[in-house]
Amino acid sequence: MEEMKKIVLEYIVDEYLDEDDEDEVSFDSPLISSGIVDSFSMVSLKIFIENKYSIKLSDEEATPEAFDTVNSICDLVNKYVG
Amino acid sequence: MAFSNDTRKLFTNEIEKIKDDGLYKEKRFICSEQDAEIEVEYPEGAAHKRVLNFCANNYLGLSSHPDVIQAAHEGLDTRGYGMSSVRFICGTQDIHRELQDKVSVFLGMEDTLLFPSCMDANSGVFEAILGQDDVIIADRLIHASLVDGIRLCSAEYDTFKHMNMKHLRKKLELHQNKRTRLVVTDGVFSMDGDLAPLDEMVALCNEYDAMLLVDDSHASGFIGKTGRGTHEHFDVIDGIDLITTTFGKGLGGASGGCVSGRSELIELCRQKARPYLFSNSLAPPIVCGSIKVIDLISKSTERRDKLEWNTKYFREKMEEAGLNMRPGETPIVPVMLYNAKLANDMARDMYAEGIYVIGFCFPVVPAGKARIRVQLSAAHEKVHLDKCVEAFKKIGAKYGILGMDKKEIIAKYGN
Repeated sequence: MEEMKKIVLEYIVDEYLDEDDEDEVSFDSPLISSGIVDSFSMVSLKIFIENKYSIKLSDEEATPEAFDTVNSICDLVNKYVG
Repeated sequence: MAFSNDTRKLFTNEIEKIKDDGLYKEKRFICSEQDAEIEVEYPEGAAHKRVLNFCANNYLGLSSHPDVIQAAHEGLDTRGYGMSSVRFICGTQDIHRELQDKVSVFLGMEDTLLFPSCMDANSGVFEAILGQDDVIIADRLIHASLVDGIRLCSAEYDTFKHMNMKHLRKKLELHQNKRTRLVVTDGVFSMDGDLAPLDEMVALCNEYDAMLLVDDSHASGFIGKTGRGTHEHFDVIDGIDLITTTFGKGLGGASGGCVSGRSELIELCRQKARPYLFSNSLAPPIVCGSIKVIDLISKSTERRDKLEWNTKYFREKMEEAGLNMRPGETPIVPVMLYNAKLANDMARDMYAEGIYVIGFCFPVVPAGKARIRVQLSAAHEKVHLDKCVEAFKKIGAKYGILGMDKKEIIAKYGN
C-alpha cells in the first residue's frame, strides 16, 4: 500500500505540478477540491492508474470524491488489486 | 402542485450555496448599444450610469458599426427574420453558402459549416468525426464548450499541461496505439490571453500523426498580420486541420459560430453534428451582418492595427503604473490579484470610477489566481485607455498593490 501511494504521488507531482509550483502534495492533500487536479484533467490520472494496475474503473467509481487524495485513490485501487 | 414548497426549497438552497461560495452572477443591464462607452443599470433598479466598457469581446469595435447594421437591415428586408427550419430541411439560403465560402477563404481552410454558436460547434464537432478507437489530447485550459464537446464524444480523452510541449509529446507517444489522435487547443486562451504555440504544435502533430483543432474565438479577425487568427500569427495556416470560431466576438459580436477545415471533416459535421442537425439556422440578418464583417476586415487591416496599437499602449502604461499583469501581446490583459475578494472589491471600485471590468476567480480561473480581466477594443480611443489606467492607479493605490509582485500581493492579501 505504501509503495502504491508513493507511485501515485510521484505521478501527480509530475503530471499536475509545474517546476516552479510551490504546492506541496502529501498522501492526504486535497487534489480536486484544492484545484490541483480539475474534473477535466482528472482523466489523465484515471488512465495512469488503469494502465499501471491493469484495472478498469467505472465512472461511478472514479468520482472527484474518490480521487480527492492519494489515500482515497489507493483505497479504491486496493479493492481491485488488494 | 408539482412544484411543492419542499421542491422550491431544494432549489432555493442551491442558489444560496452559490451565493455563499461567492460564485453568484449579478444581473447587469446595458441600456445602450454595445460600444466603448455604454449606459449600465447596476445594481438592478439603480439609475443608469455611463461607463467605459473594458470587458466586452468587441475586439474590433464592429458590434455597432453602421455598415454592419446596414447589412443586417438589408438581410432582414431581402431574406426575412428567421428560417423556421434547421439547415438540412429548408433552412439554408444562398447567404448561408456565401458566408461559409467567405469564411473558408478568410481563414485559409478548405470548407466551413455554420452553427448557431461556437458553443454548438464545439459541442458537435468531436462526436461527428471521432469514435471509440480515437483519442483526443487537450490542453488543460481549453474553453468549457470544448470540454463539454469532448465529454459528449465516445473517443477516449487525455490532457496535457497548459502549453507544455514536452508534456504534449509525452501524451502523443502514449497514445500511438489509437486509430487517430486529435490535439485540441484554444488559439488565444480567454482568461490568460496567451497564444498557443501553434508552430510547435503543428510540428509535433506531424511527427506523431495527429490532427490539430484550434478554437480561435478570441483571435479571429485580429491576431496575425491580416487578422486571420493564431495560425496566421505562427505562419502555419496549412498545418491546421480544424478551426472553430465565433461571430459573437471580434467578427461582429452578434451570434453564430462555425467549424472550418479539411473538407472531409466538415462534410462529416454536415452529416452528423447534432447541434447542426437539430438547431435552427443562423438568422438572415446575422448572416448578412457577418458577411459584411468579413468583407470589411478582408479589405483593410485598419481596425486590427488600431487594436494592436491600443494593446501595446495600454500594457505599457499599466506596466509603468505598477500593476501586476500576465505578460502577453493580445488584447486580453489579466491584471493579477490572486485573492478573489481583492479582485471583486477592486472591480466594484473601478465601476464606481466609471470603468466596467469584472473580477474572475475559482473555478473560472485556477484557485489562487484571481484577476481582473481587461479586454481592449479597436473602439477604444487613447483617452479611454488613459482613463482606465488612471482608475487602476487610483484603486491600485487604495489597496496598496502598485509595484507589488505576486509574492508581495499574496503576502498582503492571501490567495
